[in-house]
Amino acid sequence: MSEAHARSRRSVSSTKGWSLAAFGIVATMALVAPVWAQQEAPPSENDQVAAPAAKEKEARHESARHEEKPKRFDWSFAGAFGRYDKAQLRRGFKVYKEVCSSCHSIKMLAFRNLSQPGGPEFSEKEVEALAASYKIKDGPNESGEYYDRPGRPSDRFPPPFANEQAARAALAGNYPPDMSVLAKARGYSRGFPLFLFDALPGFSYQEHGVDYIVSLMEGYENTPPDVKLPEGQFYDPYMPGRRIGMPPPLSDGVVTYDDGAPQTIDQYAKDVAAFMMWVAEPHLESRKRIGLGVIAFLLVFVGLLYYTKRKIWSDVPH
Amino acid sequence: MEGHSQYTPKSGFARWLERRLPILSFIHDSFIAYPTPKNLNYMWVFGAILSFMLVAQIATGVVLAMHYTAETTLAFDSVEKIMRDVNWGTMLRYAHANGASMFFLAVYIHIFRGMYYGSYKEPREVLWILGVIIFMLMMATGFLGYVLPWGQMSFWAATVITNLFSAIPVVGPSITTWLLGGYSVDNPTLNRFYALHYLVPFIIVAIVALHVWALHVTGQNNPSGVEVKNIKRDTVPFTPYATLKDGVGIAAFLVVYAWLTFFVPNYLGHPDNYIEANPLVTPPHIVPEWYFLPFYAILRAIPNKLLGVIALFSSILITAALPWLDTSKVKSALYRPLFRKEFWVFLAVCIGLGYLGAQPAEGAYLWFARLFSAYYFLHFLVILPVIGKIERPEPAPESIEASIAHGETSHV
Repeated sequence: MSEAHARSRRSVSSTKGWSLAAFGIVATMALVAPVWAQQEAPPSENDQVAAPAAKEKEARHESARHEEKPKRFDWSFAGAFGRYDKAQLRRGFKVYKEVCSSCHSIKMLAFRNLSQPGGPEFSEKEVEALAASYKIKDGPNESGEYYDRPGRPSDRFPPPFANEQAARAALAGNYPPDMSVLAKARGYSRGFPLFLFDALPGFSYQEHGVDYIVSLMEGYENTPPDVKLPEGQFYDPYMPGRRIGMPPPLSDGVVTYDDGAPQTIDQYAKDVAAFMMWVAEPHLESRKRIGLGVIAFLLVFVGLLYYTKRKIWSDVPH
Repeated sequence: MEGHSQYTPKSGFARWLERRLPILSFIHDSFIAYPTPKNLNYMWVFGAILSFMLVAQIATGVVLAMHYTAETTLAFDSVEKIMRDVNWGTMLRYAHANGASMFFLAVYIHIFRGMYYGSYKEPREVLWILGVIIFMLMMATGFLGYVLPWGQMSFWAATVITNLFSAIPVVGPSITTWLLGGYSVDNPTLNRFYALHYLVPFIIVAIVALHVWALHVTGQNNPSGVEVKNIKRDTVPFTPYATLKDGVGIAAFLVVYAWLTFFVPNYLGHPDNYIEANPLVTPPHIVPEWYFLPFYAILRAIPNKLLGVIALFSSILITAALPWLDTSKVKSALYRPLFRKEFWVFLAVCIGLGYLGAQPAEGAYLWFARLFSAYYFLHFLVILPVIGKIERPEPAPESIEASIAHGETSHV
């Protein structure tokens, strides 16, 4: 009996080899499949005539396949200990206010947010003055009329256009997206196996959105001769389909910085992307700070529980 | 396992209550004196983890419900208001969203543990089927909840999933209209999904109670797959032994949960769900949450819509038939040389299907998905029944105590 058991123990350890082999096959498949998928022959001429929907799908896929992966940049708010760079958020706000805000709304941002901890942390006086410089629609008043009044810190930033139709009419048919959560609404996949590392402590990478935004803003190129763009469209290899309705928004020196930071497209793009990240995730700092405490507590707690458990089980063979 | 209660009330009040409602002896028998096999490994802590997650999801969910607005023009903004203006709102919402993922992670480990150690076999068939029902209710809850933030993926997931029912011949379109409360995903859909998302978890609580009841009737399975023969020699009382071990498991699990919630909260989400739902714009790739991906891959692997939907539902329901499909009398894979290897192939196929579910259904991806889907069903319908017949199991120990004496446990 005990010999038979020894045999079974040996074969149990061979199971590990099997499990590794099985996962190896899946991993290889995951790596090889994308290459194979790209080598698939395009549908024949007949297919395309027969199925215009398939042709359109193929064309869309063609363009989607060829957009470039965003570049990676350094962000002060990346990683477990990441915090926003206040000076950068202030510069980014200035870029937003002087450039982006003429077309892009940021409807979830209230003036008061600018003085909250974990953000650009303007003083309350500065925020009051800023809010007062905006006109806010209010009403109806006692005579039933709507009226404009100076903004208060509790107001949210008024949008540049009254509605989508007004924006499209003014901007050659384009509708600039609201910027409130845009930094989280954009991203890309780094593919297998890198995407697995994006979640791991020490490797964690959550800045896909801001990397994409900076790459996009710096990425405008002259339209290559073999590409035909419709009127009012611009060529940008980072945009899905490689064409974008937004004219290049930044140029060197367009915003004046008071803190000596370089007045370049590169710097503007990073600053405004950092600002957008803060608007999308205003409680990032407190979330990470609390998280460190929670994890530290839990690690100690696991240790205490584990040794208590060992002590209790020490008199039981198991 | 249920015998006459060993509980003796100590105080006068306990004696008074015990004669009227024996709840104290019930608690004592279920969570203190309940005998647990000595040789359980850490794969057995996931039941406790799942109970914890169910409570955690209900607790965070109820608070979120106090701030959420189920109306198509307000839902997206109300979620952002939770993230910005509600005290602890960011943490609550991320804990709830990632809690769903952690819940599914735990349930998948729990299910595969049951498969590896043959926990579904006689006399635990009803226990297993109750588990399959809980799993299906969890999937319904997860899907309903994903629709509530009213982002692009919410909207299009709701469209795709409700559209599945239209494949049913004759009555399909009427059923879809009935589910949606109209002809497309709109405000009535969001309202009923919210109501159901709040309701179903409490049905889960009820089925979990049955699941635990069934468990306490049959007793737990264990890594050796040998039933308890001698309560004194083979088992330890639930408290403090299992309570402490479950405590270690829950706390360790919480470390991962906290890491996700506080440091990579959007890792498992899709960026498109931060774009408000727009019925006029279809996202290039509609991808469900990760925990549905293997089933989504099976759905898309089949070119015919009705057959795809049938395959999707069969792939879940087939697990309920496991006690009868597995012909081997030996429970634990430890003593089943063929199944022990095939199990890992099956697990790899399931993970592979998950990967394929996230890829576009075309070219090589599609063929792999078809291959793996075929294997998934073959595993249940052919491989398991055949292995049970042809395999020569290794001798299992005569008792749990003997298995421990042979050193077949983890000692951790």
